[in-house]
Amino acid sequence: MQAFTVVTSRIAPLDRPNVDTDAIIPKQYLKSIRRTGFGPFLFDDWRYRDPGDLEIDPATRRVNPDFVLNQPAHQGAQILIARDNFGCGSSREHAVWALDDYGFRAVIAPSFADIFFSNCFKNGVLPVVLKPEEVQAIFEGVAKNPDAAFTIDLPAQQVKLPCGNAFAFEIDPVRKRNLVEGLDEIGLTLKNADAIRAYEARRAQQAPWLFAS
Amino acid sequence: MSARTLYDKIWDDHVVEDFGGGSALIYIDRHLVHEVTSPQAFDGLRLNDRKPWRLAANLAVPDHNVPTVDRAKGIKDPISRAQLDALDANCAEFGITKFELMDRRQGIVHVIGPEQGATLPGMTVVCGDSHTSTHGAFGALAFGIGTSEVEHALATQTLVLKKAKTMRVRVNGHVGPGVTAKDITLAIIGRIGTAGGTGHVIEYAGEAIEDLSIEGRMTLCNMAIEGGARAGLVAVDDKTIEYVRGRPFAPRAEHWDAAVAYWRTLKSDPGASFDKTVEIDAASIQPQVSWGTSPEMVLPVGANVPDPAAEADPVKRSGMEKALAYMALQAGTPIEQIAIDKVFIGSCTNSRIEDIRAAAAVVKGRKKAASVKLAMVVPGSGLVKEQAEAEGLHQVFLDAGFEWREPGCSMCLAMNADRLEPGERCASTSNRNFEGRQGAGGRTHLVSPAMAAAAGIAGHFVDVRAL
Repeated sequence: MQAFTVVTSRIAPLDRPNVDTDAIIPKQYLKSIRRTGFGPFLFDDWRYRDPGDLEIDPATRRVNPDFVLNQPAHQGAQILIARDNFGCGSSREHAVWALDDYGFRAVIAPSFADIFFSNCFKNGVLPVVLKPEEVQAIFEGVAKNPDAAFTIDLPAQQVKLPCGNAFAFEIDPVRKRNLVEGLDEIGLTLKNADAIRAYEARRAQQAPWLFAS
Repeated sequence: MSARTLYDKIWDDHVVEDFGGGSALIYIDRHLVHEVTSPQAFDGLRLNDRKPWRLAANLAVPDHNVPTVDRAKGIKDPISRAQLDALDANCAEFGITKFELMDRRQGIVHVIGPEQGATLPGMTVVCGDSHTSTHGAFGALAFGIGTSEVEHALATQTLVLKKAKTMRVRVNGHVGPGVTAKDITLAIIGRIGTAGGTGHVIEYAGEAIEDLSIEGRMTLCNMAIEGGARAGLVAVDDKTIEYVRGRPFAPRAEHWDAAVAYWRTLKSDPGASFDKTVEIDAASIQPQVSWGTSPEMVLPVGANVPDPAAEADPVKRSGMEKALAYMALQAGTPIEQIAIDKVFIGSCTNSRIEDIRAAAAVVKGRKKAASVKLAMVVPGSGLVKEQAEAEGLHQVFLDAGFEWREPGCSMCLAMNADRLEPGERCASTSNRNFEGRQGAGGRTHLVSPAMAAAAGIAGHFVDVRAL
């Protein structure tokens, strides 16, 4: 997994609550059996004026100039900011793959849906929870100066603002370590293989029907 | 030991390793697999030269991409077909049990798990699909996972989890006639909001929940995720045990009594404390219809489309305005005056035999409105389809001008040929009314099977109790 330590970038503002995973990556792209290449389809229904599919070259489609990611001021942003309950809906990890493939390394919001939040950490994408008033302040700052550079410092657990102030954020210490070091979680878990086998032996005594087939 | 919630009990029984701070390595008893979220996980196993930890814990079935007509002719869309082929090849390579497309046991993963007895009380159940919460109806801790966690569950039979908070939703008293599990679950989401259960596991309790059949409890728990909770739970009772008895994957005779004795402990202790409690009066719940693009945007059928101008919170107001624009609805319009183009009765929320019966009871002896272009009934599994046909229900639908299809996810998410065209409006028994969910530009109203059937007859929403 790609590690996450410090990212400095302008911020793309997506001023909506309840941005669901169908909006982040619509279902027709879930037919791909690959893990990469979803970036051109991120926010597909909002980003383009005509329908898309895996077989349609995005370069041939009509771009919606009103959508925030299509505006010149927000090109190259590696940080996305949105309102409450970002990533609600389905468990599709394709949503995180699409954000990552597009170039986003972090998403800031007042709250995230649980499965999306968990999926981010498996892909080196950092979901940052800030207070609603802090999110509001960033939206206002970006509106005044879209070019302003913000820094997300994971080791310090801070979002540093262009003015020099910083907002602190919380993160589970295990998740933080895995992100900062870019660790393979399955490899880590398999170090507990003996404990898993011991659990199975114990459980098979207590609840034999779970191991009968 | 102090009083524990049902969630505490299942959690405690599955801790392999406690990492402290609420994090633990949790053992997974059952892993259900479908074609959309698994191919990249199997690739991951191959890349790292890993094997599934315990083959018998896995059960696979194709559902999201499958056609619901002319199935024997195969799948036209080459990309959908490739995804099913990948599931076939991966299950064959690794030795995972899979129901074939043409198997009579094939169906929606959340319908077939319980139907086969593969979901049992007290289990941890995971699947790469958010509606895995459905299985909580059995007092199982069941939740959706992403593809990386699918790979993790395959490779290690465990997940690294952070313990959730607990929320109890008590629905007190009894619902009136014509009010179903779908109306209860939509009314709860309308009350707590789509993020109301975020970070929590919801335990549903109260007389109205005890009254529900197991099918109804599956509908209820199915939509826990639409209230933000990764899992929903209902305590085990006699109905749970009777539902499980005799199913193919249920405990064999020599283990049955021990299993039942354990299952009977699967309820929250008196005095167990919850982080949040919500109380709802069952008698106040009316048949529900969603009007917007989030499941929390839902109202009783007798209400009018709300006016964003009356909303004080600017973020919410803007969300309502965007939703009304997308749904092409005017504030103040009575919900009963909203005309529909299509009806979809199906999905992991509402495609079990009880749902089909409820819809058929409304349709019987009536005809689909001429203005409704398509009304389709998609049973949740081949076995549900067989049962419905044995009861003659398919004929009731066909006589009324409804279509009777083969089992699958169908128009719930339109990864297959079943979808809404831009601008079409649908009365749907599915679980999500997100923009584009049932087809780009499609407009979804979430309702119960009886309400969807009634809308198909009337051509617009009607209170099923008035029919």
